[in-house]
Amino acid sequence: MAGKTLYDKLFESHTVRTEDDGTALLYIDRHLVHEVTSPQAFEGLRLAGRKVWRQDAALAVPDHNVPTVAADRQAGITDPVARIQVQALDNNCQEFGITEFSMDDIRQGIVHVIGPEQGATLPGMTLVCGDSHTATHGAFGTMAFGVGTSEVEHVLATQCLLQKKMQNMRINVEGTLGAGVTAKDVVLAIIGEIGTAGGTGYAMEFAGSAIRDMSMEGRMTICNMAIEAGARVGMVAVDEKTIDFVKGRPFAPAEEYWDQAVALWKELHSDEDAVFDREVTLDAAAIKPQVTWGTSPEMVVAVDGNVPDPAQESDSVKASGMQKALDYMGLTAGEAIADIQVDKVFIGSCTNSRLEDIREAAAVIKGRKVADNIKLAMVVPGSGLIKQQAEKEGLDKIFIDAGFEWREPGCSMCLAMNADRLEPGERCASTSNRNFEGRQGQGSRTHLVSPAMASAAAIAGHFVDVRDF
Amino acid sequence: MEKFTKHTGIVAPLDRPNVDTDAIIPKQYLKSIKRSGFGPNAFDDWRYLDPGEPGMDNATRRINPDFVLNQSPYDQATILLARENFGCGSSREHAVWALDDFGFRSVIAPSFADIFYNNSFKNGLLPIVLDAEIVDELFKRVNAKKGYQLSIDLEAQKVITEEGDEFAFEVDGFRKYCLLNGLDDIGLTLQHADEIRAYEAKRKQAEPWLFA
Ligand code: SF4
Repeated sequence: MAGKTLYDKLFESHTVRTEDDGTALLYIDRHLVHEVTSPQAFEGLRLAGRKVWRQDAALAVPDHNVPTVAADRQAGITDPVARIQVQALDNNCQEFGITEFSMDDIRQGIVHVIGPEQGATLPGMTLVCGDSHTATHGAFGTMAFGVGTSEVEHVLATQCLLQKKMQNMRINVEGTLGAGVTAKDVVLAIIGEIGTAGGTGYAMEFAGSAIRDMSMEGRMTICNMAIEAGARVGMVAVDEKTIDFVKGRPFAPAEEYWDQAVALWKELHSDEDAVFDREVTLDAAAIKPQVTWGTSPEMVVAVDGNVPDPAQESDSVKASGMQKALDYMGLTAGEAIADIQVDKVFIGSCTNSRLEDIREAAAVIKGRKVADNIKLAMVVPGSGLIKQQAEKEGLDKIFIDAGFEWREPGCSMCLAMNADRLEPGERCASTSNRNFEGRQGQGSRTHLVSPAMASAAAIAGHFVDVRDF
Repeated sequence: MEKFTKHTGIVAPLDRPNVDTDAIIPKQYLKSIKRSGFGPNAFDDWRYLDPGEPGMDNATRRINPDFVLNQSPYDQATILLARENFGCGSSREHAVWALDDFGFRSVIAPSFADIFYNNSFKNGLLPIVLDAEIVDELFKRVNAKKGYQLSIDLEAQKVITEEGDEFAFEVDGFRKYCLLNGLDDIGLTLQHADEIRAYEAKRKQAEPWLFA
């Protein structure tokens, strides 16, 4: 019999029971909760008179709606609808007995950043959150996936979820990345290769020497965007780096359990002879810094490339999609990526707001100034603790001196639910994960890039190859 | 949850691939803490020419006459015909609530994003996957005749055209059962509470650090 994949192992070890058609009742170890996708779930519990099954498995934080300007945060949220939603989370957590890092807590931040930071994300767990970027936590050999609000309620009420097993897919990135090429470029290149639906129905494991060489932060960036390739689950096998990262974090196993935990975690990798339903291999050395040009993450090219021409596309549905994207983005086929001027720069989001990202961006910015045509350049750290550490290292000064704004943690302009947004037609170099129409504000034009590339664009005023910078 | 057994209705064609959940319901509407009332803002950026905010009277906004759902009889449509990878993007169930609130009972496409597909079943909205060629053929027929209707028979797992052509579709047995009977998943799962407790006890032995 063939060996098991990491996903197979985790799926099996968390199956409580299986229905005749193969639907499994899966036990969920950790449930992360935020303000946007939970109010209707708590309301459902209240209406049915149900309790939370296991309070200690849940951890909540407001992130999507919170202001990122310090003064606004102290004054309270001015948008009444958003304020009610954040208050609803506070109240629901109190009523149902769930731990919450509220807006003024130093540990507050983007839900996918604080899970690992606190050690609330552990290897071997099943972890869910009412948010598609939950795949981020898969970097720890965790089976993590996003769910809708009905499922949030289901997990709150039963600690379980009904799941059909997905197929297995492995993405191998072999070799060494070039200087200036980061995890973000790797994952954009993967999505460019397999398309935004390439991973639909699959649990995706990222493997190969380039992934092994990557830091935990880089692996989180890659897993974060598995959903942009259609895969609900993205994961990386556990190794020494995983274990070192987890050690000593507030929610990590206590000393008396540590060795026992590590012994179990070391088994969290696919067996040598495991068979994947689909495998894709990329050559790390060939990956260049990436820039998206359209309104789907698969619409991506290398920074030294050009905006593609729909006329060259043989599939008519695709060609018309490309043309719609070009019209929306205000770009012309054949235009050089390096000629595209940007209006705003956003460094943040659960993809790229960790300390390593901020350090990388600062290294590019240091001693330089933001170009005159840039209306706003901002850094939004992923959590209060990251912000604090960055300030200790003096990184905030580097950004502020260059003309950047240095903000409080939250989702911010990744989805523009708060005041941070683009005006219609404005163009942004963004380290976030989605370039959909209207994502960063109505009529907004988003180009996804790495933190280093976003920084270089801020200085140059247009896209530029950070490798020559 | 509303039951789904058989349904016949007008089909609205939405001819673009990768329709994402940000397009189905833009983020400003996610601030609502309710489950209902999203219908007037379904596809907000495509449906209206002016920017929308929660709390606005949508009746006073400038509508985009070119958008299919603003045209008669598609404003009465209950079946949405779409292209590949429908519902990609965020996990927001608000997208399903918006389609449901608009009046849709089913979406037909060559493929769906996983989370959207899953969320649909929880709300009595039936997502149907048909081959790309069949979807293409349906687009042709829908475009050729305003108000073209399809019938859906969930029990028999068939989409039936006006001409009497039948197209079979797949659906998981368990999901079909829940939808046909309008059953609430949580109630079903809680029938297995003892098994969940037994499982927990076992895990607590093996991985005590997971239980605070
Ligand atoms: S940072 Fe963006 S992608 Fe991440 S959780 Fe927040 S809104 Fe979602």
